[in-house]
Amino acid sequence: MVESKDTPDAPCVKMRTRRLKLWYGDKQALAGIDLDVPEHQVTALIGPSGCGKTTFLKCLNRMTDTIEGVTTEGRVTLDEVDIRDRSVDVVQLRARVGMVFQKPNPFPKTVYDNIAYGPRIHGLAANRRELDDIVESSLRRAGLWEEVSGRLGDLATGMSGGQQQRLCIARSIAVAPEVILMDEPCSALDPISTARIEELIDELRANYTIIIVTHNLQQAARVSQMTAFFHLGRLIEVNGTAELFQSPTESMTEDYITGRFG
Amino acid sequence: MMLTLALICLAAAAFFFGQRKAVSVTGGRTSALHSRPVYHGWYVALACGLPAVSLWFLILLVGDWMIDRTIVAALPGELREASAPVLQRFLNDAETLAAGGVPTIELTPELEAAAASFRRLSLLEHWVGFGAALGIGLIASGIAMRRIDVSRRTRQPVERVLLIVLLAAAAISVLTTAGIVFSVLFEAIRFFDKVPILDFLFGVKWSPQIALREDQVGSSGAFGAIPLFTGTLLVTFVAMLVAGPVGLLSAVYLAEYADPRHRAVAKPMLEILAGIPTVVYGFFAALIVAPALRQAGISLGLDVASESALAAGLVMGMMIIPFVSSLTDDALAAVPADLRDASLGLGATHQETVTRVVIPAALPGIVAGFLLAVSRAIGETMIVVMAAGLAANLTANPFEAVTTVTVQIVTLLIGDQEFDSAKTLAAFALGLTLFMVTLGLNIVALRMVQKYQEQYD
Repeated sequence: MVESKDTPDAPCVKMRTRRLKLWYGDKQALAGIDLDVPEHQVTALIGPSGCGKTTFLKCLNRMTDTIEGVTTEGRVTLDEVDIRDRSVDVVQLRARVGMVFQKPNPFPKTVYDNIAYGPRIHGLAANRRELDDIVESSLRRAGLWEEVSGRLGDLATGMSGGQQQRLCIARSIAVAPEVILMDEPCSALDPISTARIEELIDELRANYTIIIVTHNLQQAARVSQMTAFFHLGRLIEVNGTAELFQSPTESMTEDYITGRFG
Repeated sequence: MMLTLALICLAAAAFFFGQRKAVSVTGGRTSALHSRPVYHGWYVALACGLPAVSLWFLILLVGDWMIDRTIVAALPGELREASAPVLQRFLNDAETLAAGGVPTIELTPELEAAAASFRRLSLLEHWVGFGAALGIGLIASGIAMRRIDVSRRTRQPVERVLLIVLLAAAAISVLTTAGIVFSVLFEAIRFFDKVPILDFLFGVKWSPQIALREDQVGSSGAFGAIPLFTGTLLVTFVAMLVAGPVGLLSAVYLAEYADPRHRAVAKPMLEILAGIPTVVYGFFAALIVAPALRQAGISLGLDVASESALAAGLVMGMMIIPFVSSLTDDALAAVPADLRDASLGLGATHQETVTRVVIPAALPGIVAGFLLAVSRAIGETMIVVMAAGLAANLTANPFEAVTTVTVQIVTLLIGDQEFDSAKTLAAFALGLTLFMVTLGLNIVALRMVQKYQEQYD
């Protein structure tokens, strides 16, 4: 494994899991996952439904803590620090590792209050002007500013699905995370909104490390640099996206990406 | 009784044979039927039952009229010429006597003869009706049976009958409500003939004394409802001071913090509170809370009346805690899980998530729950009758005795009054006003719940 942070072809590892296992009650959902997530890249997690990719994603910011009856084992590190270490507060962890969900889930508040929610909680703005700046820059980065700058006071729940999802991305950007986890962010959206979000993901890569779960293999090929193929709670293969799609080493990966199962 | 049983048996048989016939006409391929066999069964059963029941009622109606005519025709001249009420009374007594009861008028040979013929004729009527009803039931179901066919559309008529039954059931509750409203409204209008409506709504003196004799002094009384409404508001306010925070916090605990095992115990316990009869709360307030408050007041140097708005309000607050908590709990539980996830995913703590996302999102539902609880408190009677007192004080001091609208309605109606005296009619006016207030609150509350539901669909 690459440990050196200076080698140009091997970007440094932002998050790392080792022998990560997880059970829902008696049912094992993850059977020892070893994955390195490179910084400032988009890592796509693909695999058939129920293969554990969303579960794995939720382990990375400990959203699994909120589910009853979950037990985990193994190591998950962020910048080489175990995120389950007693020195790590789960609340701080989630501020550093943000999450965008499958279904757009804006709060039933105004556009402004949606974005300002995280910064207010974490005290990121000293006054109203700084907060305004955070809201504006987050919306700009999410490519939403042009569309909503005139109606920051409108209810976010009244926007279109694609706008809502970009708002959710802007909302997670507003807390200045280092990693953004995206759980099938486009599955509820039409092709045009999907294209906009994919563009956005590509732009965000410069500032954030992104891990995206997707069922859409074309999407994985379009937006990601690394792809990891999951099956039945196991990580079958992980490689650069181009390599994985062109010459998969595992026959199971090949079957999946050529549409023979899944 | 016998007819009912016979008809049920007949209809059951009709159902059974209709269904069998429907299966047999297809030669076992029931999928060829337009309507499923069970609808054919119901069709035949209804064809039997509906005409039979209708005919039965028709025969009873016409028969009773004919019996009365026959008996009157057989009466001796002077009785036949009597006025309608006298004649009606005679007939009623004949019926009572025929049924083995004791008549209200003197027993005369004419009455006995009338009773005897009444007995005979009504027996005849009974059997004729019985036979005719069963007969038409048999004929109609027979016709319906013959008409069973592969392409026969029996589902539509059966479902239409079902629709009518459902509609009638729904209409009963709506019509009852309308009936109550109108009867109260008309009596209230009669009251406002005697007492001007403005005096009633804005008068500050309530003393509904009506003279027992015409020449008695002070026979007019005063019907200013303001003290009653302030009393009601005071008690309700105290009640909501108790029920609001306690109900809200317990709902937050149940919906957000309690683990499932605690919730399984605590939620039914809270709901039992709603099942306690209000009269039990009433004597709890009057016999335990009020004296305790008085004692506590004395030791603190306060003057607390033995019947106080505070005692009634505290206990009423206890009573409506379940309303607040269970409606709030529902509202909190209806907040989608992805909003919680979104908040937690942004690094909010559980408590921040609850106070900044979940409660605001549930707020319309919570407020609606509060309003329903308020309207419940305003209309509550038993506790205030027993614990709040009867004195119509215009005061905002919860340590004093006050009276409420509901208490006054009770006291106005339990006296020996003429029904059309101002005192009795005042109860209707109070009832109407109270009804308007609670109706308004309920409408506002329902509106809020509706708006809230739209948000997450």
